[in-house]
Amino acid sequence: MIASSARPAIGRGLRLQWEPAQNSHVLLYPEGMIKLNSSAGEIMKRCDGQRTVADITADLERTFSATGLGADVEAFVAMAIDKRWLEIQP
Amino acid sequence: MSANPNSLLETPDAGPRADRPGPPLWLLFELTYRCPLHCVFCYNPTDFSRVGAELETEDWLRVLHEARALGSVQLGLSGGEPLVREDLEIIVAEAHSLGYYTNLITSGVGLNEARIQALKAGGLDHIQLSFQDSTRQMNDFLSSTRTFELKSKVAALIKRYDYPMVLNVVLHRLNIDHVEQILELAEQLGADYVELANTQYYGWAARNRDQLLPSRDQLRRAEEATQRFRDKPGQRMRIFFVVPDYFERRPKPCMNGLGSIFLTITPDGTALPCHAARMLPGIEFPSVRSSSVDSVWYDSPGFNHFRGDSWMKEPCRSCPERHKDFGGCRCQAYMLTGDAANADPVCDLSPYHHLVTDAVARADGARPPAEQPLIFRDHR
Repeated sequence: MIASSARPAIGRGLRLQWEPAQNSHVLLYPEGMIKLNSSAGEIMKRCDGQRTVADITADLERTFSATGLGADVEAFVAMAIDKRWLEIQP
Repeated sequence: MSANPNSLLETPDAGPRADRPGPPLWLLFELTYRCPLHCVFCYNPTDFSRVGAELETEDWLRVLHEARALGSVQLGLSGGEPLVREDLEIIVAEAHSLGYYTNLITSGVGLNEARIQALKAGGLDHIQLSFQDSTRQMNDFLSSTRTFELKSKVAALIKRYDYPMVLNVVLHRLNIDHVEQILELAEQLGADYVELANTQYYGWAARNRDQLLPSRDQLRRAEEATQRFRDKPGQRMRIFFVVPDYFERRPKPCMNGLGSIFLTITPDGTALPCHAARMLPGIEFPSVRSSSVDSVWYDSPGFNHFRGDSWMKEPCRSCPERHKDFGGCRCQAYMLTGDAANADPVCDLSPYHHLVTDAVARADGARPPAEQPLIFRDHR
């Protein structure tokens, strides 16, 4: 589980960017590329090491006029940390 | 430079293969064939000294722009030793500003504080430091002398500039028994990732194959030693062990199929669908000196030749796995069978598979194969 006060950031050595040719956000790492689906892209682009998981959830809920995204965001962040796409700022 | 082209590929989503191919996602600049080292396992062409003049800075920059417009996103900077080029920093900065993920593949020779500072400022994303030394230097390295000092200095620089410390070590018959020592040294250097990449047999390595191919026993012991190291308490390096394809029964999906994602530009501007493809006979590869990257990638006969599966022969043509491994490596098929359209003989369905198993059997023999001397990469 990931604490809602954690501040995730893009993992060291990775780069997140919008890629027009792929029409999606991609995560670049040495010798590879992960094409993110739109919700993963929306979450990851908010992971700047400043905002907490709770901030990110609130922002997404505001932006997409949704509620109850917390569990999905936390599950994604936990998975992304496991894959080293994200890391938690101390 | 990496001696192991296929370790470079992790199969990004390249889109549908039918009709128009996807973009050249992966761009590799072999900036120069010049290199201070003389590695016996280098995959550069053995006649590299006869290759024409290197591209100018503005040519490289133009190719960067054109390829990026098509959707290229990964840029490998290799050689030779890319640090030999004094315009490396200019190329990196331009690539970064265009949105490439930039990866420098270097022996570390020539990397000093001023240069790494400029590379960092220009936005270089990643450095892969190789222990690609010749066998003489590998001995030197294993005995922790001169080379080790150089690598330590470079490793410290890489860490100080906040790059992950990624080490690539090419394994072969003459050093594979030292895997444990190699890993200990990597640990002392503070490596985060270590790739133990067995030699693949192209260029100089193909010339030296019988002296470089390990025995099955050696390979097994090296894998066991690697696993023991991984299991050590508190061990934090991530270690990748790449088995040589000669020991496999199915070929690697070489370059994810030629002309599907990978574009190499050689020092003289020749565009290739894989590092070694220049050897393929009867196929003319275009030059970025006279053609745009768009026409190189989409229109040139050289790049279209091995797209799709109509070029295949049996047993590939009717094989249910043909879209998984694309028949393996065209260069290996050519080098071993004389016909680049044959199945890669690594595949046990190939009628030439015995060429691979015979080489392994020789490597397994009690006597070291052939009294022939090792041939060091050199101008000839």
